[in-house]
Amino acid sequence: MNRIDHHTEARFAEAHFNTRRHFLKQSTLGLGALALGSLVHGCQTKTAPIPPVEGATESLNPLAVRAPQFAPKAKRVLFLHMEGAPSQLELFDFKPALAKLDGQPCPQSLLEGKRFAFIKGVPNMLGPQAKFAQHGASGAWLSEYFEHFPKVVDQVSFLKALHTDEFNHAPAQLFMHTGSPRLGRPSMGSWVTYGLGSENQNLPGFVVLVSGADPSAGKSVWGPGFLPTVYQGVQCRAKGDPVLYINNPAGVDTALRKRSIEVINQINELEHQQLGDPEILSRISQYELAYRMQAEVPETMNIADEPTWVHEWYGAKPGEASFANNCLLARKLLEKGVRFVQLFDRSWDHHGTDAGSGVDKGLRGNVLRTDKPVTALLQDLEQRGLLDDTLVVWGGEFGRTPMMENRDGNVHSNFKGRDHHTEAFTMWLAGGGIKKGFSWGETDEIGYYGVQGKTHIHDLQATILHLLGFDHEHLTFPFQGRNFRLTDVHGKVVREILA
Amino acid sequence: MRGYPKKLSVNFVASLAAVLVVGASFWQIWWSNRVEFNRDVRPILNKKCIVCHGGVKKNGGFSVLFREEALGKTKSGGPAIIPGHADQSEFIRRLTAHDPDERMPLDAEPLSEQEIATLTRWINQGAEWEDHWAYLPPNQALSPPEAGTGWAKNGIDRFVSQKLQTEKLTPAPEADLAVLHRRLSLDLTGLPPTPAEHARFRADRRPNAYEWEVDRLLASPAFGERWASLWLDLARYADSKGYEKDLPRTVWKYRDWVIDDFNHDMPFDQFTVEQLAGDRIRNRNGASPTESQLIATAFHRNTMANDEGGTNDEEFRNVALLDRVGTTWEVWQGTTMTCVQCHSHPYDPIRHEDFYRFAAYFNNTQDRDIYNEKPNFQSFEKAEKQHVARLFEWIETQLKPADRVRPAGRFPAEQRQSLLWNLGLRRLEAEDFDGASRHIELWDNQTTVMQTTDEAFLVYENVDLSGITGVSYRYYSGTPSSFIELHLDSLNGPLVSRAKTHSTEAKPNSAWFKWAVKFTETPASVTPTTGRHTVFLVFRKDLEFRTDLLHLDRIDFQSVSPVYANYPKAFQDSLERLRAIPAISTPILLERPAQKARRTHVFVRGNWLAPGAEVRGGLPAILARHLERPPQDRLAMARWLVSPENPLTARVMVNRFWEQLFGYGLVETPEDFGTQGFKPTHPELLDWLAVQFQRDLKWSMKKLLRLLVTSATYRQSAVVSKKLVARDPRNLLLARGPRVRLTAEQLRDQALAVSGLLNPTMHGPPVLPPSPLSGNWRNQPAGATHRRAVYTFWQRTNPYPSMVTFDSPKRDLCTSRRIRTNTPLQALTTLNDTVYVEAARHLAQRVSEGPGQSTRQQLSAGYEQVLLRKPSVAKLILLEKMYAEGLRHYREKPEQAALLLGEKSPNPDTPHRAALTLTANAILNLDEVLTK
Repeated sequence: MNRIDHHTEARFAEAHFNTRRHFLKQSTLGLGALALGSLVHGCQTKTAPIPPVEGATESLNPLAVRAPQFAPKAKRVLFLHMEGAPSQLELFDFKPALAKLDGQPCPQSLLEGKRFAFIKGVPNMLGPQAKFAQHGASGAWLSEYFEHFPKVVDQVSFLKALHTDEFNHAPAQLFMHTGSPRLGRPSMGSWVTYGLGSENQNLPGFVVLVSGADPSAGKSVWGPGFLPTVYQGVQCRAKGDPVLYINNPAGVDTALRKRSIEVINQINELEHQQLGDPEILSRISQYELAYRMQAEVPETMNIADEPTWVHEWYGAKPGEASFANNCLLARKLLEKGVRFVQLFDRSWDHHGTDAGSGVDKGLRGNVLRTDKPVTALLQDLEQRGLLDDTLVVWGGEFGRTPMMENRDGNVHSNFKGRDHHTEAFTMWLAGGGIKKGFSWGETDEIGYYGVQGKTHIHDLQATILHLLGFDHEHLTFPFQGRNFRLTDVHGKVVREILA
Repeated sequence: MRGYPKKLSVNFVASLAAVLVVGASFWQIWWSNRVEFNRDVRPILNKKCIVCHGGVKKNGGFSVLFREEALGKTKSGGPAIIPGHADQSEFIRRLTAHDPDERMPLDAEPLSEQEIATLTRWINQGAEWEDHWAYLPPNQALSPPEAGTGWAKNGIDRFVSQKLQTEKLTPAPEADLAVLHRRLSLDLTGLPPTPAEHARFRADRRPNAYEWEVDRLLASPAFGERWASLWLDLARYADSKGYEKDLPRTVWKYRDWVIDDFNHDMPFDQFTVEQLAGDRIRNRNGASPTESQLIATAFHRNTMANDEGGTNDEEFRNVALLDRVGTTWEVWQGTTMTCVQCHSHPYDPIRHEDFYRFAAYFNNTQDRDIYNEKPNFQSFEKAEKQHVARLFEWIETQLKPADRVRPAGRFPAEQRQSLLWNLGLRRLEAEDFDGASRHIELWDNQTTVMQTTDEAFLVYENVDLSGITGVSYRYYSGTPSSFIELHLDSLNGPLVSRAKTHSTEAKPNSAWFKWAVKFTETPASVTPTTGRHTVFLVFRKDLEFRTDLLHLDRIDFQSVSPVYANYPKAFQDSLERLRAIPAISTPILLERPAQKARRTHVFVRGNWLAPGAEVRGGLPAILARHLERPPQDRLAMARWLVSPENPLTARVMVNRFWEQLFGYGLVETPEDFGTQGFKPTHPELLDWLAVQFQRDLKWSMKKLLRLLVTSATYRQSAVVSKKLVARDPRNLLLARGPRVRLTAEQLRDQALAVSGLLNPTMHGPPVLPPSPLSGNWRNQPAGATHRRAVYTFWQRTNPYPSMVTFDSPKRDLCTSRRIRTNTPLQALTTLNDTVYVEAARHLAQRVSEGPGQSTRQQLSAGYEQVLLRKPSVAKLILLEKMYAEGLRHYREKPEQAALLLGEKSPNPDTPHRAALTLTANAILNLDEVLTK
């Protein structure tokens, strides 16, 4: 567009009529005022409000970059969610003692007062179905299922004594991403873009990529909840428009579209001259942004232009909605300054109801599909210098039982499955602000309970926000008379894994 | 905390002596120095004290939320505030203490000297509390001030004018007629006027032509469709149930009820009572509630329901119950209650137990988060109703006197069920169960029952088994064999029947999701019994276990000699026809019988598994203490909300209508009239309007809107100077007319209307226009996709994308206000979404077929079709340029032109029409079009 930077002009106009005090007062009303107003609004503990960074706020654009509350270690997040809940006992949490108990009836003490999704009566214990070996300088125990991951294992910190409150998939996924098992709360990516804005205005600030079906909790795991809808995750799709309506209608090419946006904006300018409503300037700048998004989104979403060796490295095949393709896309998006990228891969729900769905064959297949791209992604981020300020999180929504699932009451099934387990599971983090080659938290000798370094989901969320420069108690939004936050009224930063 | 010094105040005595000397002038001085709690004190307490000394935390045993608590004993033994004695009050001492561990507020900026002086004076004057303004009744005697003479058209303008005078501002002139007419029509009906309507209005020379036009628009059926949207956001209306499964819910009859009652101008008090307690109403002569009154209660059945296997129904019943409390308070009282679920309100005088006392009004309804949403109201659409009546009549004439038993029930669907049962057709649909074991779920579009694993069961209450000797099950299955058992009255009750099922698959297999839907029927005998029973249907595995044994469709009970068997085939066929007539099932509220009433407990910290003290239905003291007879039940509570004793309802509602028209409410936080909400910009205007609405206009919503839109304030031009924008960016002083972006619904409806695509059909099941997010959102009869947005299928977890992009809520929960955003995704939607492209195409076609001959005339007509006025020369030149470039492009590439028009091959005028379409697309994206 030629003569104006309407964005700047719009900001200027807004700054003109908003003294700082007035601006704060608007707290819950329109546009850019939202984030700042609510940040301040939320600062109501006995410590003094954390002053927002000067100049980072006064903008009409709700996605303008905002500074966090303190210096961050990570600027962006990549969350890899293995939907269905991978078994920690076959992947990371090595339990030789469990092998000895294989086939023994489960002691009653482990069953009392517990709710399981499918286990009935007294199940048998199930020994690890994978062999383990130590890898890297850190000597991390890893499953034989991994062929590539050992190359990068010294980059990560494991959390081995995670626990959650929910034992069904949908509520547990909501809990992981929104801090509540019920619908209606904003997702982590929404909170983060609300708090930090987006570094690249030509791309959405919060992008979701899905391989396999949508997660069972549906699109709400990247929903905005009660935050303005502008903060919701944008699902980029492999087929059709990568972002809804990003493509021009058939018969309208880029040059024509550019021309029509110019005319729209020129007429809008005339309208502004006549009416004086500053909202018209804002509209003009949004049409300019839309045009730039139209150029940048398809270009970013196109992985076909990457060199063949990169495709091979990731195991990517352009044109598929595969996890490997999504990993490569994730790197491109992070590189372009997208704030929060979330990958869902389905399904890791290894009940062992038939031969292919156990923690043996089934889980091994999932690892085979994802091991190479995840490893390549970490290596690629590292070599591009992005890993220093990108936080990578890998995990599922809960763990799996050391007992074999006995859905048919048949304890002698040939299929090796594990039921849902809330008490202990493993996730790993890497990148911005995370210790390298470290492991925190331990489970008991059969991997049933955490015995040291127990970490709750809200603690994990608090830690993620901390690395981004937020005190999780202060990133809040007023709704229904309460200042809501991602971590509800809980959460403690896991300082042990911070570099 | 330390103890308090016990010395007497000499200051007060001295000042009293002085007062006696000064005599009469004392009162003047005293009053002018009088500290007002709401004006002077509350803001300080709320900002500086209440977080640690309020409803949530009472550090040191001290709270400033209620006077009795503030004056009561603290942990250190004495009171912190001693009225009349600031110098003896620990409260003041601690504000000025030097020791940082003592000085309040702890670890924060100290209060200013002025603030401390205010608080000191306030305590010396007796530390009186005042209720927050919103809890005080509006002044009934208030009349508009003498201001704005010559400009004012009604009372509203006089209040507005008075404020403008004090701000040294003057009102704007009346808006251009086309702008005003479009604003008015979009506001009242959600649709712009047609050029013909506008021409008529323009030509109307009557002195009150504007008022006539207002009345015409208020009488339009489109009025209800537009205003329903406001209410449906509050009612969290959706066509799906939410949570993981988010299955469809049939509750559109409630949506139609809202539309119709806006159109019929049902008074707001009746509108309120019918929705909250329509099932409890006794009409004239003690008559039971009508169909319409029962449908109205679906308001509170719009709560989400969780159908995921393994979830606890009682848990989610409680979630819905608490949501009903929060929603009722937000909708009618503009009060946020969610926080009171866990603890007393941090800022407003509402206690933790008040929440549960209010919940007790709702806690005895029959619904309990089960699949089939019982209780439901079964109704027939008009044609079906007639069909049922005709068949009933005919069957009646055929029946022998001995077989004529009066069918039970007041409504046709109940009577049908009764008649069929009496004649021996005794069917239970499997999905119509009253209870079920864990994991039982529905399949096949909610028509069969699945997850019928070993030991799973279904419960059917109140089944008349007299004379029953057999049963047959309709199902399909890939399991070689399994059993369906019937037990009476409990899971382990007498076994009266056992049927052995077989596989309907060519080869038995466990892939239940791949089974072909090939139904079979298996009969079994039933041990005779009499009377009504609760029937437990238990599934058992035979030799093989399967996670799903079969998919059950229905259960038919038989007797040896059913009545219908004595009649000819034609008669039996008519019974089948009667049975097949589809009824619409709408979830409603119904009360459980008193002897089965649930008890209500406070949930400690909001946790339903931690019940505290038992409570009965009641109101927060702040609102109930003036009442002689506080409401005891749901109906009385509903009536209280709209009684003259309630200070909030009328204010809250008036504010909602104001916000819809002006962009911001008089109270900017329509969801919060409490102390943390915004104060009204025009408190007297708000109160005057509230009294008008409730008393003078007798709760007529149309009359209230008429009052608002006929004001000079509303009719002002929105043209604004830089100076005024700087001074009043959001137009809170009302020195100009409203100018805000259209809502999601208005945008879509406008595009359809101006292009001539709009299908004005009212009412009925929701429609599914093409959505890029769902492949099956397409199979609609022609034209149905162009219905108004209010009829679009509202799926909670996957809402229609353009609605959400334009800031509509997801309707999981009650929403008072849509926060307007302005984003590039909105631009992409109106530029590229198929419906907008289609609208552009039709708009282009419309003008090319119109009377205008030249392209210039056609472009001008296109603009005028949408905005009712001719474009300025400068704008028209730009549109012409756009068209010319488009034409050049499409002449070079006619196949592109055909693509844009959706035509197979180009013909000579294709480039012209495509260029016009491109320009129409630009017109539909102009700010002046997106804005009212």
